[in-house]
Amino acid sequence: MTATVTPSSGHKAGTSEKTENGGARGPRLPRIPDRIRQGGLPYLLLLPAVVLELLIHIIPMVIGIWVSFRQLTQFFIRNWGNSPSAGFDNYKIAIDFDAPIGQALLHSFLVTCAFTVLSVGLSWLFGVTAAIMLQENFRGRSILRTIFLVPYALPVYAAVITWAFMFQHDNGIINHVLHDQLGLTDKPSFWLIGNNSFVALVVVSLWKSWPFAFLMLMAALQNIPRDLYEAASIDGAGIWQQIRKITLPSLRPVNQVLVLVLFLWTFNDFNTPYVLFGKSAPEAADLISIHIYQSSFVTWNFGSGSAMSVLLLLFLLLVTAVYLFLTSRGRKGSDV
Amino acid sequence: MRTIRAAAAVAVVSALTAIAGCGGGSSSEGGSNESPKTLTYWASNQGPNIEADKKILTPELKKFEEQTGIKVKLEVIPWSDLLNRILAATTSGQGPDVLNIGNTWSASLQATGALLPWDQKNFDAIGGRDRFVDSAVASAGAEGQDPAAVPLYSLAYALYYNKKMFADAGISQPPATWDELVADGKKISKDGKWALGAEGGNLSNNIHQVFVLGKQHGADFFDKSGKPTFTSDGAVAAVKQYVDFMAKDKIIAPGNAEYAQNQSLQDFAKGKTAMVLWQAAASTFASQGMKPEDWGVAPVPVQSGTPGAGQNTNSMVAGINIAVFKNTKNVDGAKKFVKFMTSDEEQTLLNKTFGAIPPVKAAQEDPAFEAPDLKVLRDTLATSAAPLPQVANESQFETTVGTAVKDLWADAAAGKPVTTESVKAALTKAQQQMAQ
Repeated sequence: MTATVTPSSGHKAGTSEKTENGGARGPRLPRIPDRIRQGGLPYLLLLPAVVLELLIHIIPMVIGIWVSFRQLTQFFIRNWGNSPSAGFDNYKIAIDFDAPIGQALLHSFLVTCAFTVLSVGLSWLFGVTAAIMLQENFRGRSILRTIFLVPYALPVYAAVITWAFMFQHDNGIINHVLHDQLGLTDKPSFWLIGNNSFVALVVVSLWKSWPFAFLMLMAALQNIPRDLYEAASIDGAGIWQQIRKITLPSLRPVNQVLVLVLFLWTFNDFNTPYVLFGKSAPEAADLISIHIYQSSFVTWNFGSGSAMSVLLLLFLLLVTAVYLFLTSRGRKGSDV
Repeated sequence: MRTIRAAAAVAVVSALTAIAGCGGGSSSEGGSNESPKTLTYWASNQGPNIEADKKILTPELKKFEEQTGIKVKLEVIPWSDLLNRILAATTSGQGPDVLNIGNTWSASLQATGALLPWDQKNFDAIGGRDRFVDSAVASAGAEGQDPAAVPLYSLAYALYYNKKMFADAGISQPPATWDELVADGKKISKDGKWALGAEGGNLSNNIHQVFVLGKQHGADFFDKSGKPTFTSDGAVAAVKQYVDFMAKDKIIAPGNAEYAQNQSLQDFAKGKTAMVLWQAAASTFASQGMKPEDWGVAPVPVQSGTPGAGQNTNSMVAGINIAVFKNTKNVDGAKKFVKFMTSDEEQTLLNKTFGAIPPVKAAQEDPAFEAPDLKVLRDTLATSAAPLPQVANESQFETTVGTAVKDLWADAAAGKPVTTESVKAALTKAQQQMAQ
C-alpha cells in the first residue's frame, strides 16, 4: 500500500508542481484534465471496487430482501421475477413464536446465541492465555506458535470432516480415548446426534477460531512497551496485577475489534455444522445458518428463508451498532 | 457532486447489466436447436463411485457420438449434491441439456416447470410410451399430467443377508415376516455382531423404509387431495416398528443411528451385520471384497403372508429417470440421446452393469435379469412395489418426516424410551412444518 502512495506524493510535492497548475508542459506527467484530476480521478479509480462490491454484496442482498416479500416456492423458481407478492406474510410466519415454524426459528436463534457466547468467550480466553504465555522468550517458543496456528491454516472442510470422523460413535478416537482408554464414560457417547452434538460443535468451533484470537492478541502484545512491566515490577506489582493493570487495558482496542469479528463469524458459521451434521442438524446443534438453509433449500421455500435471513441481518446490525456505540463511548471516556 | 453521481450511476448500471444474465430463468417453452452438435449430461452416481460411473458411461457416449455426431459432455454428480445443482440450474436457467433425477423428485421438479413434459409426441420420438413398464412411468410425475421424465433404471428394495452368519446362528432360510426377522435377529445379535443394518442419519432412506411399513399398516402419508396425514395410527405404528428394531428388539447396533454414508453396507461386507434392506447392492458388495456366494437375496419381509399389493407391499418403486431441461439449446439432440439411453441395447447393458432392472419391457427379457438377486428385484417391482407419493411437496416430506425418524433413532441410540406418544409427537411436529 505505502509503496504505491509514497512515490506519487513525493512526485507531486517536487518538481512537477508548477506544470501541474500551469497545465502547459509537463514532460513527466500524463495529460489529465484538471477537472478529472481534481474531482473525478479518485472516483474513477474506486469504480472497479464499487462495481464489485455492488455485484458481490449489495445487489444480492437487495434481491434477498425483495425475495423475502415474495411467495417464492418451487412453483415459481424457474421464473422467479413473476412470483406472487407475499406482503409481510413470510415475516409474520417467522416471528409467530406460538406456531411451529416461529418456535423452531426461536429455538435455533437461542442455540446460536449460546453457541456464539461460548465459542467466542473461550476462543478469546484461550487466545489471550496462550499469547501472554508465549511473550516470554524460551526454547521452542516459535515451534509452539506455529503449532497453535495450524488450525487457522487448514482448509475448513478438511479439518471439520476429520473432526466428524473423530466424533464417530463406533470408530472415533474421542470415544476411544474417553471411554476405552480413560474409562470416563459408562458406554461410548454419541457426539454427532442428540444433545452432545452441541458440545461437539463448540469444541470444533473453538479449535477453529482460537488461533485467530491468539494471532491478533500476540501482535497486540508486541506493542506494549516493556518499560511499563519493568516499572510495575520495580513498584512491586505481581504477575496478576501486571496482567490486570497493564496488559488487559492495553489490549482493549484490539479486543474491541477481535470480539466483534469473532462474534459475526461464529454467529453466521455455516461450514462447521454443515460438514459435521449434514443437511439436518440435531435439534441441540441447530444453528441459525443451517436452519435458514434448510428452510430455503431443502423445503424449497426461498421467500420464507429470505425473510429469516433479513431478520438475522437486522439482528446482527443492531448488535454491531450497539456494541460499537458502547465501546466507542467507553473509549472516549477513557481518553478524556 | 455531479461526478460522484455519474460514477455511482455507472457502477449501478454495470452491476445490474452483469446480473441480468443470471436472473429470472427463461420463458422458453420446449427448448431450441441453437447448438445441435453438443449436449451436456448430468448423470447420477449409480456405481460404487464417481470414477467408476465415468468409466462405464464414457464408451456409451462415444457410441452415441459415432451414431449421431453429437458430442456429450458428461458430469457424474453425487446424490448429496444433485438436487441442489438441479435447483440452481432451474433458478438460473443455466443447466444441462439432459439429466438424471431420482424418481421420487419427479412431481416436485415437475411443479417447477423446468423439465420438458413427455407428451404423446415426445414419447413417440423415443419409440412410444408402451415400451416402458407402467409402474415406472407412474413414478415419473404427478397423476393426470404428462410425465416430467422417462424411466431409466428401475430398482426395488430387497433383504440382503450374509449366508455364513445365518448358518452360524442356525438359521436355514431368510425371514419372510417381520416377526421371523426379529426372532432370527435375536439369535444373531450378540458378541459384537448385529442382525440388521440401518442408515439412521440418511433422511431419504428413513422415508423409504417407513413408507413401506406405513403401507403394511394401511397408512399413506398423504390423503387423496395431497394433504399430509403423518399422524395417522398406521403411520405412527410404522415409524415405531422401524425404530423399535433398535429401541426394543435390540437387533440394530446403536451406532447405526448416526450412519448416513452407507456405513451399514461396510458393516455388512465386514461381517459385523447380517442383514441390510437395500436396492441393488451387488456392485457395492463386490467393490468391498465380497464374493457373490457370500450373500443371498430375499424379498423384504411383510407383516404376514407373502408380498403382494396393498398391505403386503414390500418396497417402494425406486429408480432413476432421465429428463430433458426445457432450456436446452439442442432439444432434438436431447431427445435422440434419451432415445439412445432407453434403447433395448443400452438398457440391457447399463442396467446389467449397475445391477438395476430395465424399465423397458423388451430389455427385461435378457437372461442376465434372471440371476437370483435381480429376479427378486424384478418380481418385487412387478407385484409388490408402490411408488412414493407423487406430490409436489415430496421433498419437504422427505425432510420433515426423515428428520423426525432420524431424531427418534437418536433417542433409541441414547437409550431413551421410544413410545407411541413420542413417535406421534415427532410426526405431529413434522406435519406442522409441512403446513406452511
